[in-house]
Formats: sequence, C-alpha cells, structure tokens
Amino acid sequence: MDNDKILDIYTRMLRIRRFEEQVGILFAQGQLPGFVHLYIGEEAIAAGVCAALRDDDYIVSTHRGHGHVIAKGGDFNRMMAELFGKATGYCKGKGGSMHIADFSIGMLGACGIVGGGIPLAVGAGLSAAYRGTDQVAVSFFGDGASNEGSFHESLNLAAVMKLPVIFVCENNRYGEFTPMEKVTAVRDIAVRATGYGIPGVIVDGTDALAVYDAAAAAVARARNGEGPTLIEAKTHRRGGHAEGEKAFLAGGVYRSQEELAEAQLKDPLLIMHRRMVAMHLIAPDVLEELDHRITQAVAEAVAFARRSPDPEPEAIYEDTWI
Amino acid sequence: MAKKTYVAAIKDALAEEMRRDSSVFLIGEDVRLGVFAGTRGLHAEFGDRRVIDTPISELAVAGAGVGAAITGLRPVVDLMFGTFLYLALDQIVQQAASARYMFGGQTRVPIVYMVQNGGGISAGAHHSQAVHPIFMNVPLLKVVMPSNPYDAKGLLKAAIRDDNPVIFLSPLSLTGVRGEVPDEEYVLPLGKGEIKRPGRDVTICSAGATVPAALKASQTLAVEGIEAEVIDLRTLKPWDEALVLESVAKTGRFVAVDESKPICGAASEWTATVAEKAFAYLKAPPQRVSGKDVASPFSPVLERAVIPSADDVVMAAKRTLLGAQEPIAQSHEARDSNQALVHGS
Repeated sequence: MDNDKILDIYTRMLRIRRFEEQVGILFAQGQLPGFVHLYIGEEAIAAGVCAALRDDDYIVSTHRGHGHVIAKGGDFNRMMAELFGKATGYCKGKGGSMHIADFSIGMLGACGIVGGGIPLAVGAGLSAAYRGTDQVAVSFFGDGASNEGSFHESLNLAAVMKLPVIFVCENNRYGEFTPMEKVTAVRDIAVRATGYGIPGVIVDGTDALAVYDAAAAAVARARNGEGPTLIEAKTHRRGGHAEGEKAFLAGGVYRSQEELAEAQLKDPLLIMHRRMVAMHLIAPDVLEELDHRITQAVAEAVAFARRSPDPEPEAIYEDTWI
Repeated sequence: MAKKTYVAAIKDALAEEMRRDSSVFLIGEDVRLGVFAGTRGLHAEFGDRRVIDTPISELAVAGAGVGAAITGLRPVVDLMFGTFLYLALDQIVQQAASARYMFGGQTRVPIVYMVQNGGGISAGAHHSQAVHPIFMNVPLLKVVMPSNPYDAKGLLKAAIRDDNPVIFLSPLSLTGVRGEVPDEEYVLPLGKGEIKRPGRDVTICSAGATVPAALKASQTLAVEGIEAEVIDLRTLKPWDEALVLESVAKTGRFVAVDESKPICGAASEWTATVAEKAFAYLKAPPQRVSGKDVASPFSPVLERAVIPSADDVVMAAKRTLLGAQEPIAQSHEARDSNQALVHGS
C-alpha cells in the first residue's frame, strides 16, 4: 500500500473522530435535539472500506452513520447543520442524525431501522448491473442487524443475482445494550455467508489497513461480476448505544470496566497513528498540523450550524410529491 | 375497440411502458410466468434483464426496488397479493414513502408496487384482505385502485411515469372482468375520479371492487324512482375530494361504499370529509357501507356476507332518503351485543 493511501485512510478516520467528539460535547451540553449514536471506536471500518471505493460507488448506512458520511467525503458544515436541525443541513432539517444522506457522493442515507438499509444496497447494486456500469454498493450494518430478516433475504437475493454488493457487518458486540452472544446463535457473523454461498471474511475492525485490504478484494470481486461478499469487521463501541444513555438507563450497567478499558486500548486511531510514526511514514508534526486543520474545520462547522436559520414552518409541505 | 380482461389491460400497460422507457423493469416472484397473467409473456419480449424473477423475499425485493429507484431506474415491483405487502411494510413505509422527504428532497422514488387486493374468490383470510387504508395512512404514497380494464391500463401507465411511490391495487374479484380498451395510446391522470352514473338524489362514492355493487344498486334504486349519482374515485390518494363535494352539494345525501373495514377505512375518510366540508348541504346523516369487521372467511356464503353487496348499498341509500337516524341508545345496545359477540359471551 502506498503512503498516500495510508495517509488518506488516516485522514478519513481523524475527520470522523474529531467530528464525533464535538458532537458528543454538544449533545452533553443539550445543544442538539433528538439523539445521536457516535461512531467513535469504529472509524477504521468506514475509512478502510470507503478508501477502497470510487466516488461513484454507493453506500447505505445505519443509525450510527456519521462516520460513513464523512468517510465517503461528506461535508462537515451540512452535517453539523443537519444535527442542529437547521435549514442549511443535508436534509434541510428534516432528517437529523439518523437520516443524513448525500446523494451527490453516492451516500444513499443513514437509516433509523436496524437492518432497514440492507435491501437498498442490494437495489443499488442491481441498478448498477442493470445499467451496465461497474459501480458497487456497500451496505454497512451491525451485528444486531444480522438477526433481522432483511439481512438474510438481502444476502440471498444478492447472491442469486450475483450483484455487486459488499455487506459490511460492523460487529461492535452489542445490539443496543444486549451483548451479541446472548442473542446470536453463532460466534462469527461471517459464517452466515456460507448459508448463501458467498465468501464470508473476518477482519480486525480496529486495523484500518486490514479493513482496506478486505474491502478492496471484495470490491474487485464485485466489479468483476463475481457477486457479493460478507465482511465481518470485529470492533468495539467506545461509547454507549446512544449519547446520554446513562440518564435513561437509570444506573443500569451492561458492560464491565475491564471491557471498556479494553475498548480504549484497541483504539483504531491510536493504532494507526503509532504505526505511521513507527514506519516513519510521516513526521509527527505533520500529523499534528492535520489534526489542527480538522479540529478547526469542525469548529467552523459548529459556527456555521449555529448561525444558520431554522427551517420555516412552511417547509413541512416542501419535498413532498413531485 | 377491443374487449380485454383487466389483467390483459395490465399487461398492455406494462409492455407499452417498458418499450417506451428502458429504465422501467419488472421484478417479483414468478413475474416471468405471471400468476395473474398480468405479466405473462413479457419475458419473451424483454428477457431476463427486465423481467426479473426473485426469491419469495417480499421485504428485500420491496427494498431493492427502492434502491434501484433512487439510483435512476423505474421499477415495477409485483408482490402478487395485497396481504404480501405486510411482509414488505418496513421498506415501503420507511424507505419508499419517506426517502424523498426525510432526505430533504435529494432524491425521488419512482416505484410502483403492484398487487391484487381484497376478496371475493374464497382465497381465505391470508389472501383476501382489502389493505388499501393502511397505505392511505402513509404520507407521500400514492394509492390507485382502478375498477375496470380501461382505467387499469391508463392509470398503471400514469403510475409508472409518476416520480413518486405508487401502490397499484387490482381488485382480486375483477381480474377476469372484460371491458373496452382502445388500441391507441392513452394515459389517465392519477387523483381524478369519474362519475359513472349521474343522479340527483344521492351520491354513492366507491372505488375498485365495490364500483360494480354501487352501479347495480343504482339500477335497483332507479326502478323505485331514486336517481343515484355513482362516483368511482379510481385513485384513493390523492383523492378527488372536489368531485365528491360537488356531487354532495347537488344531491344532499352521501353513501360511502368500500370493501375495507369500518374503523379508519376508506369510507370513513370520505364520510368524514363530507361531514366536515359539505355539512350544510346534507339533508340526512351520511352512511358508510364497509366490509364487516372480521377476518375474511373461506366459505363463499360467509365471504359474501362480509363484503359490501348491492343490497347493502340500496339499504344505505334508502336510510339517507328517509333521513331518520337510529337513536343513540339503540346504537349503544348494538355495540354491547357486538362486544358480547367478540368476547364470546
């Protein structure tokens, strides 16, 4: 892998991390309506996968979707404005955190329903094949979604039609507050690929370069007309299911301190940073400068969102039937 | 002009639109063979690419249709029976209907979901429900339910050309019905009803499967000197409110006939609108004729008792002409006995 690609992946990860940290602060301050699900700890997956895609490829995301938008090249200002519910947001304030989309970069939408986005990616893959392009579609979803019917129906449908779809399971070991092993009959989601006659690949989801390699192989296969692949990226959810969950869990605990500490140790950003410095790929001060620029861009996005107008109430009847 | 069956008219509409626009394709279970014949023979002309047989996976197929629609294609998704839409509800409601709005107008969702709706052929509870009110309650879906071959062809062509998601419901009981279908090209606008029979005494509003019953009732009433105006709404959402209100302004009496269930059924919506917007014109309480509030029974005798009949419509029309309303107390008694029935006591 060339150095530019490594730096590209790292930049995508850092953009996600700094954006999400700021969103966490804003939510804690009570500045954001609704609720948000942060992608912190899972950055290597969105960044590694999207770095293996072209701009005209499609992705379909989840309720924990900010990372996917950013990794595909989304705009901080329009994202932040959407989180504030402002008229300048990606969806003019009608979508919010769980429905951010940017069709101009092939980001076909976050999705509030667990597993709800998976069939859409199959349709986008079908569309690419129908139109005779070599675009591919990526479906991001979690371990929880792999227990939904939509997952199983979609894998089978994509497999029988040999569609250019990459199913990326972000296994962060929790479906909301329930550990995966309590509700999932298999240890590895990847083995479910066998039931649909497609390759199932397990990858360390905290290692961005490993994710990139797995995604690149699956993308090449899909572009080549060889059909879908299921990639299971094993990762850790650094934060909770949703921000502010302590309040509504009312003291309920579902993860041990040891487990949380392990998740901190397996920080994909730190892993990548250490590796880049150790390999002398890039000087630490250049990385600091990059971090500074991104942090600055996030701050500007917050300012943009704050000074943006709320939607006019009349807008409720816009974006309806055409 | 040739006489064609309802399903033959559907097939003509599909073939014409697929010839006209290469982004239109057909997808669903057994569309190649065509269970209801509405898609039969299309594969011979259009091949595997545009006539796609799928697994029995309604949810994934409905959602894949959305994925195709938001990336430039115009899928027609054949899910066979209206009740099978229940299996696909999440994708239809949360994706197809919502995508344009929740993404702030970034996309459009030109998709048609095509099914056979309602009962009348002893298909039993799982294949005989009139599901349309569920979709009328979903924002930004269009719901079309033609009652004859001519309308079916013209409205399906309009539905395929529409840039919004459309639920296209063919009444199961009318699939074999024949009617005049012109050979030349025509498209009917969505959202426009039609006066099937003009009359001055009472407005009978219907759509889809109940239009024949409404027309039959109007003939019976005519023998007794009562001239009913029969409206076929053709599209349930958006619906031709103005046509209905103008008719009620003329007749002063209103009967809503629909196969769906009485609570939050299509007839409920039409009646509520008339009560709200044409109250001053009403000479008598409006009446609803709906399907009985039970599952669809198998026995032809029982099923006939559940679906609105021409006799039910005649009686409802006469109630509006008498102008008398049951005392509320009696209604309470009726309700209590109904509850006793439901609870089996």
